[in-house]
Amino acid sequence: MKVGLSARTLALSLIAFLGRPGYSIAFGLPQQAEELLRVDAPAGISGGNLVVGLRSEPKTMNPVVSNDASSREVIAQTTADLIHINRSSQKAELALASSWKVSPNGLLYTVELRKGLRFSDGVPFDADDVVFSFKVYLDEKVDAPQRDSLMPGGKPIVVKKTGPYTVTFELAQPYASAERLFDSVVILPRHLLANSYLEGKLTRAWSLSTPPKEMAGLGPFCLKAYVPGQRITLQRNPYYWKVDPQGNRLPYLAEMTFLFAGNEDAEVLRFEAGETDILSRISAQNYAVLKKEQGSRGLQVYDLGPGLEYNFLLFNLNSTLPAQAGGVASKQTWFREVKFRQAISSAIDREAMTRIVYLGLGTSLWTPTTPGNKLWFDSSIARPARSLVHSRELLKSAGFSWRPDGTLVDARGTPVEFSIITSTSSSQRTQMATMIQEDLKEIGIRVQIVPLEFRAMLDRVLQTHDYETAVMGLGGGDIDPNSQLNVWLSSGDDHLWNLGQTKPATPWEAEIDRLMTRQMSTLATDERKRLYDRVQKIEMENLPFVCLVSPDVLVGATHRIGNFRPAVLDPQTLWNSEQLFIRDERKAAK
Amino acid sequence: MILRGQLIVPLFCLVAVHLVVLLAGFFSPYDFAEQDRDAPYAPPVRIHWVNEEGRFLWHPFIYRWIQQPGEFQAYREDTQRPYPIHLLPQGSQYSIVSTLSWNRHLFGVDAPAHIWLMGADGYGRDLFTRVLYGGRISLFVGLAATLLTLTLAVSLGTLAGFYGGWLDAAVMRFVDIFLALPWLCVLLALRAFLPLHVGPAEAFLLLVMVIGTVGWARPARLVRGVVLSAKERNHILAARSFGAPDLYLLRRHILPETRDVVLTQAALLIPQYILAEVTLSFLGLGIGEPVPSWGSMLTSLQQYYVLASKWWMFFPAMFLIPVCLSYGLMSNALQQGMNRAEE
Repeated sequence: MKVGLSARTLALSLIAFLGRPGYSIAFGLPQQAEELLRVDAPAGISGGNLVVGLRSEPKTMNPVVSNDASSREVIAQTTADLIHINRSSQKAELALASSWKVSPNGLLYTVELRKGLRFSDGVPFDADDVVFSFKVYLDEKVDAPQRDSLMPGGKPIVVKKTGPYTVTFELAQPYASAERLFDSVVILPRHLLANSYLEGKLTRAWSLSTPPKEMAGLGPFCLKAYVPGQRITLQRNPYYWKVDPQGNRLPYLAEMTFLFAGNEDAEVLRFEAGETDILSRISAQNYAVLKKEQGSRGLQVYDLGPGLEYNFLLFNLNSTLPAQAGGVASKQTWFREVKFRQAISSAIDREAMTRIVYLGLGTSLWTPTTPGNKLWFDSSIARPARSLVHSRELLKSAGFSWRPDGTLVDARGTPVEFSIITSTSSSQRTQMATMIQEDLKEIGIRVQIVPLEFRAMLDRVLQTHDYETAVMGLGGGDIDPNSQLNVWLSSGDDHLWNLGQTKPATPWEAEIDRLMTRQMSTLATDERKRLYDRVQKIEMENLPFVCLVSPDVLVGATHRIGNFRPAVLDPQTLWNSEQLFIRDERKAAK
Repeated sequence: MILRGQLIVPLFCLVAVHLVVLLAGFFSPYDFAEQDRDAPYAPPVRIHWVNEEGRFLWHPFIYRWIQQPGEFQAYREDTQRPYPIHLLPQGSQYSIVSTLSWNRHLFGVDAPAHIWLMGADGYGRDLFTRVLYGGRISLFVGLAATLLTLTLAVSLGTLAGFYGGWLDAAVMRFVDIFLALPWLCVLLALRAFLPLHVGPAEAFLLLVMVIGTVGWARPARLVRGVVLSAKERNHILAARSFGAPDLYLLRRHILPETRDVVLTQAALLIPQYILAEVTLSFLGLGIGEPVPSWGSMLTSLQQYYVLASKWWMFFPAMFLIPVCLSYGLMSNALQQGMNRAEE
């Protein structure tokens, strides 16, 4: 029976290989020699199982539909992209592509693929897989989360195969750093997913119940087993295309197991108990607890400095308001006054916020670009200290005055008071709002805090616009300004302070539109930097977001992990998973 | 006699707690919203009687907490200067039962030291002060909501039991619906639709309304049962046959019969409602910052870090235990009294 099955598998494999161009019948050996990528990292030891805590259970293994952090974290280990952003240097690097060329007008990218590579099931990879993948991502019916980023300037990239290992990407307009768009756009195996796609069932493919044999990818690992509610185990991809300086094929690890914890605290407890090896996105409070124990428990926590996340106070400047939000409209008279926003910013004690909310493990912010963004942060931007005197001067010059009891009133004598909505799921942001409440009390403003369930809060900000101000956070993603286009462009979907604009509501928003559009099509990095610095200055002057604090990226790992080099960009700890290894062989064998 | 003894202890405890909470401004050394941002999560101060030289002093004193250099939220006593504890020092202005205004507190120390008897919260606010002020919300929400519940329960239960027929059926079906609703989910959904501007007074009323309305169904059933049995008693039938009107019967004969049930229910409902307020505030549905309530003060315990290393943040919960226990003992004594009376 066993022999029969093997023979059948062999026959199927032969048919699969015969059906593809460029492969000989000689038992699936590729005609092309493997073009492997040599990584520059200290050599490690092969074998062992790395156990990683995962905050929640992934929902899918399908890269086309995954939009939750846990699914993406696992999928990142089983897939690969053409060009990848090195999380450490934050620069774009070759991955499945062996080279890329940009035409002088910046519209055509020609990408040469590495030859002789195979998916984790042994089936060779070529240009057809790339064309198929991009066809899927750009298909409106599939509605993949990657689609928006693959439509620079609102028009889809045109992808053509020009050779068995050559693909061209044609853009509708010049797009600076377009190579960064390829990061995390993972290549799908055409041989496994083409049928599902043709039948219109692609979004239902590769669920967690799909047998591992029916899935394959180009990442360092492939799925071995999934135990609902407990764990996902990945195993080494024997065909992975990276080698270490000695020529040993990566990854070093034999297996990687993700344990589902449920929440951060449970994840920390498991890490503390030695059940997991790596911990990402730790809060400052848990970091403080772990730091005390790191000597005795064989673990180490790392403070990587500010990440890309920025928290801010958002004013509702929307032109379209719901009928029931009459009170908001009257308060918008204050919010639209730039001196009022500046006065609020000046009254906020960011240093204390960093100290209390993040135990000092954060950075005070004045613009949304954090110091964690090494390439684009404008260090020349002023960072004025808290000044109640300056705040009062600004309010006075904008026509506000104070009653004898200290209450701030506007020119019509109306007391200035407003509410801040926050999400109940983020204790840090509720803390920030409470501190703002106390800070603004000192300049005579009464603030009410309204903690709302996360979805209810998001609905008010994005849909109904029925709120006055909100404390929120944005971040993650890429460092490139183009990844912020949705926020900055007045027509952007995340232009939170005034959504759905058909034309810029203010001259400064028009100026930001012009600068952002220009930097998007400018290919020279220095010029782009100059333009983006100007955007940051305009933001600083006009304060649609009153930026508050950026938390440091905090992670942890046990001492037995080698080559652990965490970075501020996601995935912070596993971006070099192929290089990670277990130092203690006995423990690894266990 | 035993019964009176059983009642006196819990009653004394409850009166004492309610009085202290009512006069929170006097008993607490600070304003509940006053922050010291240099001392988040400062632990409770130590009261000293013996100075650095080992000499016993008749005047107790404290040392100020200062942060240990290079470490966040780790404190040590600054033994350079002792701060004697003063009786009736001047401090922040407060009002007693919203009428009298005063600025003398029972005890205090000179600035910049803080007498944090129960430590400070994450913003450097005095926890003892906040526990006392928080008790105002938690305890009085319990009392007011119980009053509302029992008013509803007695009115509807009496009507249903006394008149019977379609009115009884309608009220009882309504009771069934109320008992079947998943209240926590309903409340969570309700908060999303409420107006954003809900001041502390409105939020208090809202809490009372919400908690009070949710719980009337069970006591209404009990009251209905008592009324059903009472109205068939001989003396009531006799009064009716003499032509006594319904209102007279209800006032004179039926409602007094429900007194014991209502009292026992009150003693049971008040702690339940205090805990309901704590739960709602714990979930962020109570009165907003900076006004404290025991539930909202316990919210910080949702963080493992606080749970594991800031033991003094449990104090609000410690206050809940004697209060709920006293109400429990009172309800028990009342129940026993009822049983004895029946015998």
